[in-house]
Amino acid sequence: MVLLLISGPHAQGTAPTSPLTLITRDGRRPVPTTILNGQEFIALDDLASLFQLTVREDTLAGGVTISYKGRTIVASADQAMASVNGRVVTLPAPVARVGRRLLVPVDFIPRALAPIYDSPIDLRRASRLLIVGTVRVARVAVRLDAVGPPTRAIVEITPALLVSTGYDAGRVLVRIETDALDAAPSPAPAGLIDQIQTGTPATTIAFALNPRSGTPRVSTTTTTESTRVTIEIPLAAQSQDTNTAPAPQPAQPPSPAAPVPTPSSAPALPGAAAARLQTLVIDAGHGGDDVGVRGVKGTLEKQITLDVARKLKMLIETRLGVRVVMTRDDDRAIAPDERDAIANNSKADLFLSLHANGAPSATVKGTEVYYLRLDRAGEDARRSVEATELVLPVVGGATRPIDVIRWDLAQAAHIDASSRFASMLEEELEKHGPMGPRPLQQAPMRVLSGANMPAALVEIAYLTNADQEQNVQSGDFQMTLVQGIYDAIVRFRAYLEASAAP
Amino acid sequence: MTSRVAWLTRVTRKRWLQVGAVVVIFAVAAWGANRLLERMVVPQTVQQAAPTPTAPAASVPHIIATLYYGTSDGQALAAVKREVPLGDGPRAQGRQILESELEPAPEPFHSLIPPGTMLRAFYITDRGDAFVDLSPEVSTMHPGGSTNELLTVYAIVNTVTANLSSVERVQILIGGKQADTLAGHVDLRRPFERDTALVRETKATE
Repeated sequence: MVLLLISGPHAQGTAPTSPLTLITRDGRRPVPTTILNGQEFIALDDLASLFQLTVREDTLAGGVTISYKGRTIVASADQAMASVNGRVVTLPAPVARVGRRLLVPVDFIPRALAPIYDSPIDLRRASRLLIVGTVRVARVAVRLDAVGPPTRAIVEITPALLVSTGYDAGRVLVRIETDALDAAPSPAPAGLIDQIQTGTPATTIAFALNPRSGTPRVSTTTTTESTRVTIEIPLAAQSQDTNTAPAPQPAQPPSPAAPVPTPSSAPALPGAAAARLQTLVIDAGHGGDDVGVRGVKGTLEKQITLDVARKLKMLIETRLGVRVVMTRDDDRAIAPDERDAIANNSKADLFLSLHANGAPSATVKGTEVYYLRLDRAGEDARRSVEATELVLPVVGGATRPIDVIRWDLAQAAHIDASSRFASMLEEELEKHGPMGPRPLQQAPMRVLSGANMPAALVEIAYLTNADQEQNVQSGDFQMTLVQGIYDAIVRFRAYLEASAAP
Repeated sequence: MTSRVAWLTRVTRKRWLQVGAVVVIFAVAAWGANRLLERMVVPQTVQQAAPTPTAPAASVPHIIATLYYGTSDGQALAAVKREVPLGDGPRAQGRQILESELEPAPEPFHSLIPPGTMLRAFYITDRGDAFVDLSPEVSTMHPGGSTNELLTVYAIVNTVTANLSSVERVQILIGGKQADTLAGHVDLRRPFERDTALVRETKATE
């Protein structure tokens, strides 16, 4: 009765401009709300299904009893308050009714529900996020520093998080490694930026560039508090600047004519379907309990390898159109055979394992590249692959040659191509940073032996060297390495295509 | 009947006494031969051992063995001559050499085997395969990284193969079992042959 009285004058609510977004570890989904008398309400039955609550209307007491795991909230129908496990909290409005549905003010969630709920609940009104559980949410602010040209945009991310950036089809993508973005409203696009989109896809900020734009220069700096991405977009006429983010095609000699601004990315995509390099597997070394090398200041190899692997994946996917499979995209332990199995089952054309190195002396530094060295059994396996070929009949009456090789020596058949790929990695990485005392080595590396495709392993830097340990955490240093690896992959793709050509 | 039993007992006792006497004579002869051999061999090796000051107690006969450690700059393996107690046969000698290799490296070299690692077993097959069975610390306490791991593996492999001519290949076991890797990089599933690619000539003073 009392409820009917309250709900009487405002039986119809209006929808707000946008629903709340519920974010949990499992994903995100919209939660509709209703505006009644200037207050935002949420339906109790929606809350009940989202948070496993039991709702019981108590007409005698004049309110609603909401139970969760033996804890109760009694929300009053005529006063703007609720009793939460015996403690009284105030609310902006009492329980309301629209038609057959009971509504509570949105503030009911942080004030009444959060204190009795098992997981933390955080309502962020400005970004309209309802965050449940331990979810990493990055605060993101985009601002235009200069309209230009050159136009300069800055993305400020708090706390400091791993960010990967890419440039593809006239768009600069800034992907933040987090579960959700708490983004302040973006400024109006200006200068050479036509559009700024936040959160599509979920943790990415996309800047659509004007066709007059040249190749943008993207740099990332990280402090203890935040990560800042600076995007500088010149006019196309100015884009011959050699420091721009995408590198020129390395295999081509420099042309005496005016350089083409984006040489590798534009022609790569149409040709991708015909290329022999269609799937690349990136193996971020170690993970989970297996932390790998631990730097003097505590930097863990498993984290660095994952950071670099993610950046490389983004660059290759956006610029080469090559499918990239990661053996791991989170912090978990994987056995070497499982890593190989992922590569083999993905029918990958190339396998790259990323590691960070350690040496007995802190003075050793630099990048090193490995490919597999076969022992006697491996050499025998290789010879047997070359000598014997099993021909099996296939549907349609034809035959097909099948290579037979021990699964744990699968790499034996690809040593020559792996050696070529490793050399390309060494040559390209050398252009981007210091190399170690043995820049290119052949060694009995466990993770390479079972890969049934060309494969190499890069030890990106020595975490036992204090300078390198510090450098390797910076986004710029990681991007420099990623660029070197990317250039080698572009070269290897050309090599595969040339060898496949009749 | 009883006299027959007593007789049998007497005869058996006599036979045992004879066997015992033969055994004692052989043991004395073997000891004598061993002493003689030691006198012939040891003085020479001890003289060679003089430059290394880390020699243990002088009463035990020693040989000079080549042990492998990390060079002072941490980039390579150094072959270092050290005194090692004389072992009886290749297997015992191998044990002595590996026990010495597990001890801290002399200055200015780096130990490549994690501290706390113990030698559980060492044996050699007729085919020339040696098995070095190390305690789990060699893996659990390993600092990691491909360079560290390659240096550790080849310090062990080269130490065994450089000193025992009957060994052609070395398989590293951890805790009595075949292992995948020490720390995620170098394949330990198959035996290794001697490889001096990582070895750098060091000056006598290093």
